[in-house]
Amino acid sequence: MNDTNWSILGVFSMLSVLAIGGGTAILPEMKTLTISTHQWLTDDQFRNIYSLGQLAPGPNMLMVIVIGYHVAGFPGAFLAFFGFYAPASLIALGANRVWDRFEYSPWRMAVQRAMAPIVVGLMASGTIAVARTATTDLLTVVFAAVVFTILMVKKMNPALLILAGAVAGVILLRG
Amino acid sequence: MTEGASASSPEPQKPEVVGTSRVPLWEIFITFFAIGATSFGGGVVAYLRNSLVQKKHWLDDDGFMVALSMAQALPGLNATNMAIIVGDKLRRIPGAAVAFLGMTLPGGVFILVLGIAYVSNRDNPWITGALAGVGAASVGLLASITLQLGKKQLMHLLDLSIVVGTMVMVSFLHIPLLYVLLIVMPIAIFIFRPREEKVPAPHDQPVD
Repeated sequence: MNDTNWSILGVFSMLSVLAIGGGTAILPEMKTLTISTHQWLTDDQFRNIYSLGQLAPGPNMLMVIVIGYHVAGFPGAFLAFFGFYAPASLIALGANRVWDRFEYSPWRMAVQRAMAPIVVGLMASGTIAVARTATTDLLTVVFAAVVFTILMVKKMNPALLILAGAVAGVILLRG
Repeated sequence: MTEGASASSPEPQKPEVVGTSRVPLWEIFITFFAIGATSFGGGVVAYLRNSLVQKKHWLDDDGFMVALSMAQALPGLNATNMAIIVGDKLRRIPGAAVAFLGMTLPGGVFILVLGIAYVSNRDNPWITGALAGVGAASVGLLASITLQLGKKQLMHLLDLSIVVGTMVMVSFLHIPLLYVLLIVMPIAIFIFRPREEKVPAPHDQPVD
């Protein structure tokens, strides 16, 4: 384990326990740590790796594997994955054992009630973080606006719109 | 946190898991593997409900909502937290481990292959064009998810001020997330603390 490997493990473990409200909530922090603090990625590389993650099935933050691989090859990929999922998973396992005891506690409801607006605020920040790297000119803003409008007026599988974004990107954003 | 726990004297019944006479580990693995391999576009909750409640009957509707609200309140991703929580209920720690692996393995292998291809072609204009398009589309998707999820919160002044306060601290003041949580969480929990009567419902105005 060299210094970089320890940094990867440290960064993603910390993000793991901060990920209250899911993956989107920690995108601003992840950007700061990977782009500014450690300079592992450029803005555009972060956007590209985030976009790759959108193409994969399953939990949406599996992109951390690619960040780890980009920085330090296969050991980096494993450490990013392990760091990002192990701490939160152990917390979930532990909480599952004690949570039932609080089922009828008014404090449990108060905490859940209090977390709801915080999570929405963090998701808004996550959206802003991606927007700052991914919608940088008129064309990409139009892409985002079209997808947003379609999803607000019509119930459809967002995966199709993501794929349409890829096709439109090859045609219009190449070069 | 503990004072409420002592109030619930008899061990509450656990209605969450129905009809589970030792589900085999491989079945847990296969079930979560199928969810992990087919859930695209962030709709993992719908896939989970369809599989765990409707097909497998491992949870009833209430049990599903209890597990989901816990998965959302805890750190980590909903999808993997749900795998851990449900796997643990079915077969304790081995169940949680195989459920987690099933959930992450298909997407993890898929994205590793994509990532290797990307890292050696990261300046290819076709690939960067496609990814730029996906990134832009994702912004629209994220904005719509945030708005739909936050519909209730955005309509009430007290909630809205917490939403905006959190967002401003993270996105515009660039305060590290840990500090934001340490500042906002106690304030929000204090605002919504249990009162004599009941916790204010989302549509109640605060009474002081």
